Amino acid sequence: MKKTNDVILQTVTKIISFIIILFSIHLFFAGHYTPGGGFIGGLMTAAALVLLLLSYDIKTMNKILPFDYKRMTAIGLLIAVLTAAGALLFNVPFFTHAYDYFDIPLLGETSLHTAVLFDIGVYLVVIGITMTIIQTIGESE
Amino acid sequence: MLDIVVSIALIAVVLSMIGIVYRVIKGPSTADRVIALDSLGISLISVIGLVSILLRTSVFLEVILLLGILAFIGTVAFSKFIEKGEIIQRDRHK
Repeated sequence: MKKTNDVILQTVTKIISFIIILFSIHLFFAGHYTPGGGFIGGLMTAAALVLLLLSYDIKTMNKILPFDYKRMTAIGLLIAVLTAAGALLFNVPFFTHAYDYFDIPLLGETSLHTAVLFDIGVYLVVIGITMTIIQTIGESE
Repeated sequence: MLDIVVSIALIAVVLSMIGIVYRVIKGPSTADRVIALDSLGISLISVIGLVSILLRTSVFLEVILLLGILAFIGTVAFSKFIEKGEIIQRDRHK
């Protein structure tokens, strides 16, 4: 295999992966009122990580982002179940969500909803499963 | 008036997509097919933009950015496969 130099791809990746991650965070938080949500936000974050994997390699990715993606999937499932079970503490049925208005400095009056916590679980599960599949296929000979 | 202009533009984009599909099927080398697929994705972006003008909605604008990102990542993956024979390397300094 001949020696190649990917300097253009790596420089472009350094800029574009941040734009993709920002877009995925926007999709995640906009999911309540506009198209988007945990699933597509997680897929876009995984796409940014896949772009990093394409222009670098698995060893560098494990060094700069030392996540155990299987553990990330487990934490996401745990957050989703705990959000659903938290409703039982207030004597309402399983999976009942609640929302209220809070005064947050810098943002003003904002409505916070417990569905976001469930969405964070979905987001972590989607990233964890996608990256587990891709890294497992990439590592096998 | 706007609908007529957008429909004409839509027909032009669809005709160019048919030409691109001809290049995907006929293309002599793999690189021709990869570039044709990339431009097919970009044409799809313009179709979505024109359709969202026709339907007078702005909920498809996320799809446009999404398709741009996916087309870029897909093209990079294909070209890395053509260049190096593997898509994800384990250690690039080896």
